[in-house]
Amino acid sequence: MSYLVRGYLEEDELPPKPSKERLEKRAVAYIECPQEIPCSPCIESCDYGAIKMENINAPPEVDYEKCNGCMKCIRICPGLAIFMLRLKNGKGYVTLAYEFLPWPKKGQEVILLNRKGEEVGKGKVTWVLPPEKNDKTSLVRVEMDPDLIFDVRAIRIVGKGE
Amino acid sequence: MRLEEHPIVEFKRGKEVTIYFNGKPVKAYEGETVASALYAAGIRTFSRSFRFHRPRGFFCAIGKCSSCLMEVDGIPNIRVCKVYVRDGMQVKTQNSFPNADGDLLGVLDSIIDRFYPHGSHYKKFNRPRILREFVTKQVRGFAGTGSPPKKVFEGNASYEEIVTDLAVIGGGPAGMSAAIFAARAGAKVVLMDENPFLGGQLVKQTHRFFGSGRHRAGTRGIRIAQILADEIKELKNVDVRYETKVFGIYDGVVGAVEKDKKLLKIIPKKIVVATGAYERTLIFENNDLPGVYGAGGVQTLMNVFGIKPGNVGLIVGSGNVGLILTYQLMQAGVKVAAIVEAMPRIGGYFVHAAKVRRLGVPIYTSYTIQRAIGKKKVEAAEIVKLDEKWSPVKGTEKRIDCDFICIAIGLSPTHELLYQAGCEMRFIPELGGLVPLRNKYGETTVEGVYVAGDVAGIEEATAAMMEGRIAGIDAAIKIGYGGDEAIKVREEVVRDLKEFREGPFGARIVAGLKKVSIEELQEAEA
Repeated sequence: MSYLVRGYLEEDELPPKPSKERLEKRAVAYIECPQEIPCSPCIESCDYGAIKMENINAPPEVDYEKCNGCMKCIRICPGLAIFMLRLKNGKGYVTLAYEFLPWPKKGQEVILLNRKGEEVGKGKVTWVLPPEKNDKTSLVRVEMDPDLIFDVRAIRIVGKGE
Repeated sequence: MRLEEHPIVEFKRGKEVTIYFNGKPVKAYEGETVASALYAAGIRTFSRSFRFHRPRGFFCAIGKCSSCLMEVDGIPNIRVCKVYVRDGMQVKTQNSFPNADGDLLGVLDSIIDRFYPHGSHYKKFNRPRILREFVTKQVRGFAGTGSPPKKVFEGNASYEEIVTDLAVIGGGPAGMSAAIFAARAGAKVVLMDENPFLGGQLVKQTHRFFGSGRHRAGTRGIRIAQILADEIKELKNVDVRYETKVFGIYDGVVGAVEKDKKLLKIIPKKIVVATGAYERTLIFENNDLPGVYGAGGVQTLMNVFGIKPGNVGLIVGSGNVGLILTYQLMQAGVKVAAIVEAMPRIGGYFVHAAKVRRLGVPIYTSYTIQRAIGKKKVEAAEIVKLDEKWSPVKGTEKRIDCDFICIAIGLSPTHELLYQAGCEMRFIPELGGLVPLRNKYGETTVEGVYVAGDVAGIEEATAAMMEGRIAGIDAAIKIGYGGDEAIKVREEVVRDLKEFREGPFGARIVAGLKKVSIEELQEAEA
């Protein structure tokens, strides 16, 4: 469990990745929640039976074929550990939960950060779920290089911070 | 320092008022505590230590630490973190000359220890007798805190006797849940809390809770506080007493003071003690320097009163509190320089760590804070690596520039009332300190006195709510309310709580609970 020493997952600790074909069909939930913690809102929110969890402490597993990308789980996950991934027309898309000011806007350019907080490129916001629609957890979809969808896990708004 | 906007919380400030701090006007808003208003005005020295006159500042913000004792409107030794501002209020620092910030007696800190170190009053200046008497008199002159009030109490003190089914002490997640479930079963409840609002420490938990949907997972702590408070408002058989401090339980009778004016004698059939916990501190050089704060104190300042604790913080401890606080500081626009953790791995949930790690906050595992640096307030911290034997490794010291340090190393149960009531207590490290023996429904060795929430053992608020439900409903059943339906609900919550604790995070709690479970102890005896 060396991720608990570092605070981020390395490549070999990631959950199984959905196939390229699946990612091209429609968005899919990718849950980075490897530790046994007593938490189950994701499975309770899923209408498609796509999330498997043996008991409340077991880490969730997603059946990528059953997941239809409805985003109910990412809206409620208290750990902000769910990301919606998608490949479309040669571009990659990651949807992530965002709870900081200023709220991102559609069309805005953002800096892409990996799991360690390092900058890995730039992306464009293509969709935003307004924070007031989800008790102040906004969802932000960012368009990026398709090779980055398994790396990018946070964004920084250009001009904010150092 | 006051936040005007925040992604999660809307701060509704009351009318602007003026309070006087050592004679100088300070702007404040109704609804703020004196401590938070002073903090917002940039005041960092709240008091001076008893012996060496070292500067002391803000620490816990919930009336537990005594760092903020001041004289308010002529009354000494008031914890200003629990007093709400009023226009024209006169607040003065005490035990210092001319005031706490510029205390001339502060020189004692650098010289007294050289001539009069700890324990020396047994050995030094003993002979001749006249010298001993002279020195003792001088030392006593310096001792004591505050000056006695000059005015005589002029208010209208009153007395009330209340006969009820259930008295619940503490209006946090456990106490509120106990009140709701007992009242729903039909019991008459008196719910007491020292604050002018219900919610306990939920009011600063801006994050979404874990657990299962049935126990409000995915909902923010602040919203849960509101939901529970609304449920209580709906229940006609719950009598809520705000700003009410319980001072003792005497043979099943509860003594309390309401709003500093009214003495309450509550005669209940059962009692639920849900008094919560207080923050621990950590031993390191300069750990009393203003700028070293309890993590929960910072959450109160920032999430309840909307006041920024500083510009750059260092977090000591990577349990859930430390990790969540880091994220909350960033939401308030405060930079977090680093998180240090003495254990070789992160103590809290990985997902909480991942949230701040991906925003670039370094987490130093196997590191601890060695000292706080600064004259009258924190300017930096020195951290150091620990080897496998927990000894600092020379040459690994790192200076971290920061203007405040948050201690997030855990909590201890606020156990005093239970002790006073005569409950059999045990010191259980897994549960955070002294806790009472109890049966599976939370009843202690004193019949009719129940325990629920952090005072029963430090755990998540979700578990506190479940414990509260169980205690409240069991008390109601024992009084004769609820019937089979209540028993069914009680057993359901007992099952949910058991399942909640089945993972690795619950293992420690379960191990601790084994040592205080009346059933287990009886079984071991048999």
